[in-house]
Amino acid sequence: MADYHWPEAGKRSLIGKRISRLDGPWKASGRVKYSYDVQLPGLLQGKMLCAPYAKATIKSIDTSAAEKMPGVKAVDVIWAAGKEVLWSGQEIAAVAAETEEQARDAVRAIRVEYEPLPHFVSDVEPEKAGADNSKQTAEQTQGDPDAGFKSADVTHEGHYGVPVITHCCLESHGQVTAWDGDHLTVYASTQSVTANVDGFATGLGIPAASVKILTPVMGGGFGSKFPVDTWGLSCARMAKKAGRPVKMMLERDQELMIAGARPSMHARVKIGAKKDGTITAWSSDSWGTGGIRAGGAPTLPYVFRIPVSRTRHTAVLTNIGPIRAWRAPNHPQMAVITMAALDDTAAKLGMDPVQFFLKNIDLTGKLAPVYSAELAKGAELIDWKKKWHPRGDKTPGPIKRGVGVSMHTWGGGGHASNCATTVRPDGSVDVSLASQDLGTGTRTVIAIVAAETLGLPLEAIKVNIGDSSYPPSGGSGGSTTVGGVSSSTRRAATNALNELLEKIAPSLGAKADDLEAVGGRIQVKGNPAKALAWKQACAKLGATPITGQGQTTADIISSGVGGVQMAEVSVDVETGVVKMEKMVAVQDCGLIMDLKTAESQVYGAMIMGVCYALYEEKIMDQQTGRCLNPDMEFYKLAGIGDIGELVVHMMTGAGYDERGPIGLGEPPTVSPGAVISNAVANAIGVRVPELPLTPERVLAALEKGGTA
Amino acid sequence: MTKRDDPKNSEKQKKEEKTRALGRRDFVKLVGSTTAAISAGVLGSAGVLTEEASASVASAEGIIGPGAVPIVLRINGEKKSLTVEPRVTLLDALRDRLDLTGAKKVCDRGTCGACTVIVNNKAVYSCTTLAIDVAENIGSGADIRTIESLAPEGQLHPVSAAFVDNDAQQCGFCTPGFVMACKAYLDQHPHPTYEEVQHALGGNLCRCGTYMGVRHATVEAANKMRRGA
Repeated sequence: MADYHWPEAGKRSLIGKRISRLDGPWKASGRVKYSYDVQLPGLLQGKMLCAPYAKATIKSIDTSAAEKMPGVKAVDVIWAAGKEVLWSGQEIAAVAAETEEQARDAVRAIRVEYEPLPHFVSDVEPEKAGADNSKQTAEQTQGDPDAGFKSADVTHEGHYGVPVITHCCLESHGQVTAWDGDHLTVYASTQSVTANVDGFATGLGIPAASVKILTPVMGGGFGSKFPVDTWGLSCARMAKKAGRPVKMMLERDQELMIAGARPSMHARVKIGAKKDGTITAWSSDSWGTGGIRAGGAPTLPYVFRIPVSRTRHTAVLTNIGPIRAWRAPNHPQMAVITMAALDDTAAKLGMDPVQFFLKNIDLTGKLAPVYSAELAKGAELIDWKKKWHPRGDKTPGPIKRGVGVSMHTWGGGGHASNCATTVRPDGSVDVSLASQDLGTGTRTVIAIVAAETLGLPLEAIKVNIGDSSYPPSGGSGGSTTVGGVSSSTRRAATNALNELLEKIAPSLGAKADDLEAVGGRIQVKGNPAKALAWKQACAKLGATPITGQGQTTADIISSGVGGVQMAEVSVDVETGVVKMEKMVAVQDCGLIMDLKTAESQVYGAMIMGVCYALYEEKIMDQQTGRCLNPDMEFYKLAGIGDIGELVVHMMTGAGYDERGPIGLGEPPTVSPGAVISNAVANAIGVRVPELPLTPERVLAALEKGGTA
Repeated sequence: MTKRDDPKNSEKQKKEEKTRALGRRDFVKLVGSTTAAISAGVLGSAGVLTEEASASVASAEGIIGPGAVPIVLRINGEKKSLTVEPRVTLLDALRDRLDLTGAKKVCDRGTCGACTVIVNNKAVYSCTTLAIDVAENIGSGADIRTIESLAPEGQLHPVSAAFVDNDAQQCGFCTPGFVMACKAYLDQHPHPTYEEVQHALGGNLCRCGTYMGVRHATVEAANKMRRGA
């Protein structure tokens, strides 16, 4: 009988190999249909009206003119008169019409009377925000910080920060909704197929059994596409009203204004250290805004658990629009604050930051050996010893080069996932779970696990995901998907295989315990001569397929990874332009399922990191309370020429593989802001305190205290 | 960003200007003398800035629009007849009227390249091209190619195959635009260096961060296409 544990290194035919994603050909040929692409007979186009005020009371809404506009088939009020608007862009009403152009015209014909109220959209420290707009959420003291700072030879004080950024999914949020009687089908661009069933059922007051969610592919979520949202429910209501399917995808400006943002985080930090680099104390006073509600407090310092510390966090409450989980919530901000402050402390001590990190590596806890190994590997890949120099590149000329380092961590584990693996008498295998592939390669991982378990080639497996009628599976967030689906699929496929082995054991004159599935055969262990080809074996099932069920269990997956990144930049001190030269990521994630898509995750995370380190910022206008850059010209992302050379090294083999799979979506996106900030400081000799490291900010920092 | 100073963009603009039935200068003249008006960045009823391709364009014979007009587009070698308002972009005509959804709507204002199609052998942003401007009956009568034309269903063009092999896609929403920009470029420049690839594809944006794969895929596709694969 087969057991659930992952095969040993020499016995893996697919796991850990470089395998091209299964949906690659559908995507690269342009033929796959995303939610945005779905066409149905009679499809109407929906558009939303969004509030122009950051804070206001809705006095009245008059949709009568819009209803009479050409092509209009349904109008839906989302936020009724009497209610309060709490951020600009808030969803007010929607229209479904024959064409997009008609729907837009009709949206403009909706008359809304607002009573504007004073708003607050400034991402400033609590003292400036005032008591009405701030709320202290945490304060903690460990050990004796005063004594800790007193015992220090050197103390460093600095200010660091990261602004609000958005998700900017390329497929904007939205869906197509279609009713068949009382049954609703939603083609949703979602990270959570299973949970969207309940979202629509609850939101519309219909039984969950009447809702079907379809998401064969989706165009990016990054943490922002879990709920069904007001526009999902509105779309469904309009489809019901019109008696026709409705597509409503957010316009680009709406996507950037209201469909998700990452909270800001800023801090004043003080660190004490001995001459030899031993850290004696940490204190931080941090703040940030996540919109109108106070979110959770950060855990500072990050990675290094300095036992003597004082921390305080205050939420600044603003009318900037709702935040959503953004790939590794809080971690990139905590990494910038901690790693930049530590880097500045190392500079003050005259120490190489890698040596400073190593000196204090025990503070990282049980991952210390992993970090040590990763620091060594990263240093080798970027040629740290040759490239690092004390603060400020003294080379003549305006181009200054520098290197930086950062470390990060993330949990992982597995979300609750159920899988059904069916083996049919004709030898075909289908693996079904109501999961989703955000572009991370989930579909491919599921096929790899099933094929490896059943000893079959990848092509023999049909993966059914992206459909809520399959067994429930968790949403894709927190890097829990690979753990969840690998675990449930491994168990389901193993259970199906064991049932098959029991059935065919007599015909091989063996006990089921002595059989194995390898190379497309069922054979007596280690004896290919005593074997049945897979199809022959399955034929013995007669008319009845076998279905193995599997659920996530913690025994074959893990949680908790460490990663190290290093970057080299060049900075033109005359223009302030930062150019990426090279960036190295060294990352562990337990047992890698598909090396190709795993590396892609890391490359992608590093590139997203370059985006937020150098370019991204949601800019709010104090006067009007509106977002000033809700478009892709002024909300900037890195292009293919902006990223420099990227190198990824995955930590694999003994010490890593036996942990089982651990998710990889979040961890490598944590450090880029910190490494790039540190590399710039190393290059120009001064800290640019706030991301993104725009030319303006670089020049301002040089002006203030440049030694370059 | 590199796309801003990318020569491909200015080339593209020149091309787009050329493909217009009506020269920009003539158009401006007409605006002065007729009811035709161009409005971009109009303030909606909510006061929220919305970008609209709501230009009314005149032909030599007279005014077209604002109502829907019949047009004939030459797409993927076939003539397609449809009736659209003059403000309808080529992208919306392809996606909403012809079910050619390979080209994606992302920024909807000529920044990200997800809507890239090939018009007269050049990569063009279809979100900033009016359908009537490239129509056979009233526009330039351009040869329009979408990603669906690159290979029959079930087969892959060498560029698409290279994107698959090099994992140059994650969520895949930018991918068709990249594939088309890449194809248009390689047709004219069969021996690109990595540097040149970065320049050529600087007008396309990806959010998942697939640029490493795209670099490798483009060079690999160039090799394959030269060998006639």
